[in-house]
Amino acid sequence: MAYIDPHIHMVSRTTDDYRRMAAAGCVAITEPAFWAGFDRSSPDGFRDYFRQLTNIEPKRAAAHGIAHYCWLCINPKEAEDVGFAREVMSLIPEFLDQPNVLGIGEIGLNKNSRNELAVLEAQIELAKRHDRLILVHTPHLEDKLKGTRLTMDALKNAGIDPGRVLIDHVEEHTVGEVLDRGFWAGMTLYPDSKCTPQRAVDIIECWGSERIWINSAGDWGQSDPLAVPKCHIEMRRRGHLQSLVDTISLHNPAAFLGQCGRFHLPG
Amino acid sequence: MPAAAASCPLTARQVIDLYFMEHRAKLLDIAAFLDRLERSANDLPAAPDGRDDVRVRALRQAIPLLVDNQPDRVRRILDLLSDHSREPIAAAHTQSALGADPYGTY
Repeated sequence: MAYIDPHIHMVSRTTDDYRRMAAAGCVAITEPAFWAGFDRSSPDGFRDYFRQLTNIEPKRAAAHGIAHYCWLCINPKEAEDVGFAREVMSLIPEFLDQPNVLGIGEIGLNKNSRNELAVLEAQIELAKRHDRLILVHTPHLEDKLKGTRLTMDALKNAGIDPGRVLIDHVEEHTVGEVLDRGFWAGMTLYPDSKCTPQRAVDIIECWGSERIWINSAGDWGQSDPLAVPKCHIEMRRRGHLQSLVDTISLHNPAAFLGQCGRFHLPG
Repeated sequence: MPAAAASCPLTARQVIDLYFMEHRAKLLDIAAFLDRLERSANDLPAAPDGRDDVRVRALRQAIPLLVDNQPDRVRRILDLLSDHSREPIAAAHTQSALGADPYGTY
């Protein structure tokens, strides 16, 4: 079946992964800008990264029949140095008109610090000024609940339409507030943190299938680029209909991403 | 949550048949972790119930929630492990998270 993986970091993955994802039915991916596993030493490191996301990666994906879209930002782990972050943010507008750029992301908070919040607010304003969609990273583990609330408050204070924001990495203690406040919610399928496929399906059973999607967030750490189709197996073995699988992994992502006129499914 | 009685399409018997072995193994992993901790060389201040690390104290508080016969176990455990403060911290001195609130009253 055709599916979209709306959050995966293919710069960290091999060509074999593209091949396996295509064989499993992946037709489109979106790749948020993220932390490389180390702090970059200069804003020029980000300029090269943004070139990779807008120019190189779409070609690798296209070789396997997969449409590649991306999001640009400075991630929250490198946002504690506000001066550095502002230099990186100043680079983003020159890439925003590239045809595969959907919006600003994955922005958010990491340790919920004042400087991270200041950089988040600046990037929300950047998205607002350019009328772009927003993809939000929520913090890890004990920091997630607080960071999710601070982020939603910042978006509300900026007057952002929640229907144009995807709040990612939700779990059982955050999904309700995210959906109740009108945002879209993303569940990330990881082996040890965030959601397992079983818990993601539990959340769908409890919260429904409106404004929610699943993603692998495959990257350089413990993650699985085939997590999305493996979650489909979990849905089917419980007896859920294929139409629900399609809603979660094809129609919902296409509806959210389609708010940016650049997003089109292949074929 | 709006939790939905009978929102899982499986019967109780089917849930047990499908998932029991997987979760039996996870239960044994927790037991083995606690045993391993007690067998380890103690480089932490001793506590009456084992090694005095905030993550272990949090884990010990979370375990009873599994068997208190109340719903929403996952959400309640995640809440227990979360930082519930509301204001941003002054500065980030690390990039990583522990898995339990380091200032929590565990």
